[in-house]
Amino acid sequence: MPRVVVDVLLKSEILDPQGQAIERALPRLGFDGISDVRQGKHFELTVADDVADPEDVVRRVADTLLANPVIEDFTVSLVS
Amino acid sequence: MARIGIVTFPGSLDEQDCARAVRRAGAEAVALWHGDHDLHNVEAIILPGGFSYGDALRCGAIAKFSPVMGEVIDAAKRGVPILGICNGFQILCEAHLLPGVLTRNAHLHYRTKDQSLRMENTTTPWTSAYAPNAEVVIPVKHGEGRYVADEPVLDALESEGRVIARYVGGNPNGSARDIAGITDATGRIVGLMPHPEHAIDPLTGPTDDGLGFFTSALNALSGVGA
Repeated sequence: MPRVVVDVLLKSEILDPQGQAIERALPRLGFDGISDVRQGKHFELTVADDVADPEDVVRRVADTLLANPVIEDFTVSLVS
Repeated sequence: MARIGIVTFPGSLDEQDCARAVRRAGAEAVALWHGDHDLHNVEAIILPGGFSYGDALRCGAIAKFSPVMGEVIDAAKRGVPILGICNGFQILCEAHLLPGVLTRNAHLHYRTKDQSLRMENTTTPWTSAYAPNAEVVIPVKHGEGRYVADEPVLDALESEGRVIARYVGGNPNGSARDIAGITDATGRIVGLMPHPEHAIDPLTGPTDDGLGFFTSALNALSGVGA
């Protein structure tokens, strides 16, 4: 059965305080030279074989529920 | 007696406080359930604070698809006054009844405090009991209360007078333009991050400044004021 992956990230212009908190922690842990950390969400969905165009269905799922397009961008990819 | 419905979702916390506030204002509080397809003839609706569906995915994202929200959205289109408080505000935004979205507080801390607000639009059915620009003290308690919308939306909210309340004396969450509450284009749907239902009696809250939200609704339903 097709496995479809959705990655959701805050739009670049939206403040990502969790990403910033991670970024601020990195030098303390000895990791230098890393910037612009963004935190997102990763979803994996299995779609039944008889669903036509699983990528398109999952794109609609992402647009309806998984992401809020007001502040988030998402990418959809078929992995198997 | 005016009937004001209060929706309980799995994870709602403040429905009893809202019911008490509604009764204190002089209206009848009607309990509504997230699985209901029936609004029981209420004349106004409150979506209370809490963590509907555990805030899974995003605050309010799952609640938007609960059965009762279909009825609430229909009621909104008919002009029934709706107030969303905290998680209720998040639900109204996710349901696209209000623009924008509420995200993690900029400082990442959960914030609980008595907050000063300035009431900027006192023409809505939920705010008519306040004097324009009145400063009130109402508690905030949230981890995801930072109001975000794109610049054209923020500009429209400002130019149309749809910011109903703004934080003063410090912004508890980093909200754009210190916005604490907004209304929709009709003025009948209001979302507010602070909790007026926790400020209806100085015995149990910092003030009774929050009671005006509920008496405003009663006045609107009785044909007095908005």
